[in-house]
Amino acid sequence: MARMKFLCDAERCIECNGCVTACKNENEVPWGVNRRRVVTINDGMVGAEKSISVACMHCSDAPCMAVCPVDCFYRTADGVVLHDKDLCIGCGYCFYACPFGAPQFPQAGAFGLRGKMDKCTFCAGGPEADRSEAEFRKYGRNRLAEGKLPACAEMCSTKALLGGDGDVIADIYRERVARRGSKGAEAWGWGAAYGQPPKGAGAPAPVPAAPAGGKS
Amino acid sequence: MLLTRKTKGSVGSRSRLAQGLAGVLARTIDRRTFLKRSGVTAGAAGIASQLPFSIIGEARAKDAAPGKIEVKRTVCTHCSVGCAIDAHVQDGVWIRQEPVFDSPINLGAHCAKGAAIREHGIAHDSHRLKTPMKLEGGKWKRVSWDTAYEEISKKMLEIREKSGPDSLFVVGSSKHNNEQSQLLCKWVRLWGTNNTDHQARICHSTTVAGLGQTWGYGAMTNSYNDEQNAKSLLFLGSNAAEAHPVSMLHTLHAKENGCKVIVADPRFTRTAAKADKYVRFRSGTDVPLLFGILHVIFKNGWEDKQYIHDRVYGMDQVKKDVMEKWSPQQVSMVTGTPPEDIEYIAKTMAENRPGFIIWAMGQTQHTNANAIVRATNIVQLALGNVGRSGGGCNVYRGHDNVQGATDLGPNPDTLPGYYAVAAPGSWAHWAAVWNVDLDWLKKRYASEAMMTKPGMTVSRWIDGVTEKPENIDQDPNLRMIIFWGHAPNSQSRGSEMVEAMKKLDLMVVIDPYPSASAAMFAMVRKEGAYLLPVATQLECEGSVTASNRSIQWREKVIEPMFESRTDHAIMYQLAQKLGFGDQFIGKKDGRQNLRVVKSKSGDEPVIEDVTINEINKGTWTIGYTGQSPVRMQAHMRNMHLFDVKSLRCKAGKDAKTGYDLAGDYFGMPWPCYGTAAIKHPGTPNLYNTHLHPMDGGHAFRALFGVEKDGVNLLAEDGVHNKGSDITTGYPQFDHVLLKKLGWWDELTEDEKKAAEGKTWANDRSGGIQRVAMKHGCTPFGNAKARAVVWNWPDAIPQHREPIFSPRPDLVAKYPTHDDVKTLWRLPTLFKSAQQKAVQDGMYKKFPLVLTSGRLVEYEGGGDETRSNPWLAELMQDNFVEINPVTASLRHIKNGDYVWVSTPGRNGDGSHPRLKVKAKVTEGVGPDTCFIPFHFAGWWQGQDMLAWYPEGAAPIVRGEAVNTATTYGYDRVTMMQETKTTLCEVAKA
Repeated sequence: MARMKFLCDAERCIECNGCVTACKNENEVPWGVNRRRVVTINDGMVGAEKSISVACMHCSDAPCMAVCPVDCFYRTADGVVLHDKDLCIGCGYCFYACPFGAPQFPQAGAFGLRGKMDKCTFCAGGPEADRSEAEFRKYGRNRLAEGKLPACAEMCSTKALLGGDGDVIADIYRERVARRGSKGAEAWGWGAAYGQPPKGAGAPAPVPAAPAGGKS
Repeated sequence: MLLTRKTKGSVGSRSRLAQGLAGVLARTIDRRTFLKRSGVTAGAAGIASQLPFSIIGEARAKDAAPGKIEVKRTVCTHCSVGCAIDAHVQDGVWIRQEPVFDSPINLGAHCAKGAAIREHGIAHDSHRLKTPMKLEGGKWKRVSWDTAYEEISKKMLEIREKSGPDSLFVVGSSKHNNEQSQLLCKWVRLWGTNNTDHQARICHSTTVAGLGQTWGYGAMTNSYNDEQNAKSLLFLGSNAAEAHPVSMLHTLHAKENGCKVIVADPRFTRTAAKADKYVRFRSGTDVPLLFGILHVIFKNGWEDKQYIHDRVYGMDQVKKDVMEKWSPQQVSMVTGTPPEDIEYIAKTMAENRPGFIIWAMGQTQHTNANAIVRATNIVQLALGNVGRSGGGCNVYRGHDNVQGATDLGPNPDTLPGYYAVAAPGSWAHWAAVWNVDLDWLKKRYASEAMMTKPGMTVSRWIDGVTEKPENIDQDPNLRMIIFWGHAPNSQSRGSEMVEAMKKLDLMVVIDPYPSASAAMFAMVRKEGAYLLPVATQLECEGSVTASNRSIQWREKVIEPMFESRTDHAIMYQLAQKLGFGDQFIGKKDGRQNLRVVKSKSGDEPVIEDVTINEINKGTWTIGYTGQSPVRMQAHMRNMHLFDVKSLRCKAGKDAKTGYDLAGDYFGMPWPCYGTAAIKHPGTPNLYNTHLHPMDGGHAFRALFGVEKDGVNLLAEDGVHNKGSDITTGYPQFDHVLLKKLGWWDELTEDEKKAAEGKTWANDRSGGIQRVAMKHGCTPFGNAKARAVVWNWPDAIPQHREPIFSPRPDLVAKYPTHDDVKTLWRLPTLFKSAQQKAVQDGMYKKFPLVLTSGRLVEYEGGGDETRSNPWLAELMQDNFVEINPVTASLRHIKNGDYVWVSTPGRNGDGSHPRLKVKAKVTEGVGPDTCFIPFHFAGWWQGQDMLAWYPEGAAPIVRGEAVNTATTYGYDRVTMMQETKTTLCEVAKA
């Protein structure tokens, strides 16, 4: 059984935002809701600038699931964390619990209902019938049901963002790390999301500290 | 509302979902599919090859999709990388977009713009121009196409009657496909003027001229893909991570395999963040930096002496000049770069050959850019890096078809294929191809002198309107302008453009978006402008040339939206109203070059006829003759057969046509010499003598004679294409050479008739090219590249300070050129403008360098991309990058609104100023500010929303940096200076 994961390679991410618009395009996410975003830290600082694409990581021990008062989250057999907008009461607890800032709360009317939480679905839709109009309207595309992977990762300009079977993407990443030396040995966010770095890796943090006196 | 969770039993889908997902990976995403879908098969060939592949499974839910879905393969319209896109269309509506993993160019990858391109097809809340419009009483009013054509043509003919054909300026577009570019070039000539230009002028004109004059062709020598074969990459004047993001796929792959990546730039860019080494220098001092590198190379004897002896003319003269002038210490004084950084670059490039120097607007948009580009060429020649795989000059073009539009389109000095307007033979050649009577064509012009005189450039059209008539080199001033797919805010001196707009008799904007031209015009005028809605490249078919010269064929995705019509339909329909409709479609003597069909756009010429009967039949100089639609379309259907690293197809046939793709390079990068029948494979890397010409081999062009002052200009003995029957240098092929060599009889009888008295460049049978290549020879000769371009103002590239320099001491030492009375029909100031700036103390009033550039979210003038909500949301304000020290001294905080003022000129004599947000960052040094150039729709603090047609203003508007950029043009090509001017910043 595959375990779906995301991995963003900070040595490759160039903040082109292709993942962000791929998501908007494929899922027709409205203005103001960002299931995925790219963050650049230490902007303009030589040797310290890094960009990372962030969305719901579909955590192994998902804090959102733990805190949801109406238990609207569920996990698919492939480890994708989804939620049921019919159950969501828009309380926002998940937002506070999430280490990645993934849950989004549209102000009005998006995906059917006011105030329901919205987040990355790993392009796996929701509880409605696979590839149904209702599913698309509430959750966006169900690419996994079509035999495809998330649009963001598929379209990533530099293949920095990988999405798919955790073992496979860890292999790809490990290969890259081996080829380029120690740079970016620990995949960003993997510890928080999946409780461990990709197997075989485990070296220093990917993001060097900013030089003294610098502003972020 | 349901507050209980649906049970498994009640929701069939849940179990289907779980079941489906459990099965998905096993059955439909096997390892090969996965690797392919994440694009790593080629990106990491090493690992991929070790995996056990199995057959790709069928997507399980395919049958669940309702309705018939057609898949149209097109190419992104937002930059020159050439990313393929599969558009899913249902009932004429573009419903989804899928990555094309098979494309050897982008492997499915997209940047923000490419991944958002489907938005073009969404009619709901579209910000497109939907109907023709007319400015009436200061308001944009809807008119019919017929009314618009009627009024526009009447006015144009009136003005022509009174002032002659040269009163018109047509700004064409680098977003037209090749066929439309060629047609617009013809359209303007049938009207009877050379006053036409397009984005290439302000994009890479200095590159094209510099490269062409050095070794023959003015194009990127290799491909993005070929960077995977490089050992070093120097980005000097390119921020590829934002301007050409998908090219970084190849760059980063190269880097991970040990290629050294250096970025030299006044800003620490997103590209610099991915480099092994970043080197900062002052904007506009590229020649000293490059010659500092060359100095170190010569000093250490790292130059490739054999290569220079065999293939380069004049390097000794350059060496003498450089060794005298540009020690690293001297360079450091001018550029601000530490000498050790210069030595680092030289050493890295010398020790890691082959390598590329990569550039874009950072080198080209300077008053001294012709010298900068050539200095780059010379460094690469010294290292022996040109004419091979893994090394060369990779110039990243801007717009998706700026290469093709340069090659074929509306240029002021050339007909399609760089046939010079100054040469009468060019006109005879193209009149014959176009099936147009040459004498009729001559009469369309004001005189034969005006016919052979290059026109004005897009960078200077405003002066063509406002300059005193006695100072310009044509009878009338410009009185009317057609903006045919070109944003006004990409041209410098915007504050003066408004003054020109005040004086125009007629402005016509033909664009999918009304563009800032509409708002600028309406801001200062009540009458005199028309807007015509045009289809995008996603709404028509045609070929497009990527930066690496590969030509791809776009299928039409959807019909033209709203009332828009295709560019070629508008050209034909307007030509009919203006009285040259028959000539436009080449109807003469019982022949007709282009068929006309009825379409949603009305009467429309057939695009494939343009490719086959005009481009393939006429463009011999640069080898656009072998890429027939059949071949191009076969390539598009069989992308999976092309190797990512070499771009070559090892074997395979197109299932639909049976065309054998074996040996072809993807997109048949030009030159693809000869007719399609001889199956030249295209030339992936220019000037590469290590291959036979029929395998994509090439040589330096014999364009400059065979001898200069007694020195041989042809290649030395032993340098020749693999398999060549001539083992030394040779001149270009013509009928005389063919006869002398005894190869004439290898022509067929028909070829002989056509080739008699002709050269490789105007023999319309292609026979001369065929026979030359059969003998292993490059049709345009085998010569040396020129380090010294004796016919240019600076035969050896010299540093010259920008017109507005922050360093008066260096202006005294490195002054710009003398003023020129007539350059491209206009008086052009150099030294007097520079001296005046110094005398007026501009460097004190405006102590900071202002430079400009791109953002990843937007393209060009930005009207199109700022109208796309998926992109617009990402970048909602224009901004100035300012160093923390500079900001603190001015009490400016991050996010504050600031006024950026420059030494430019408003109509009332005041200096223009821009209201933008401050982005405080160490990415720029304390002496430099940076503003992106894609914004428009604010005018010196004021929102121009009221002046756009209703419902057709871009979502995001902002201050255009070019409102405030200043005077300054390249001495050779009239490139505008947008990279180095002066500014001051104050809190708003």
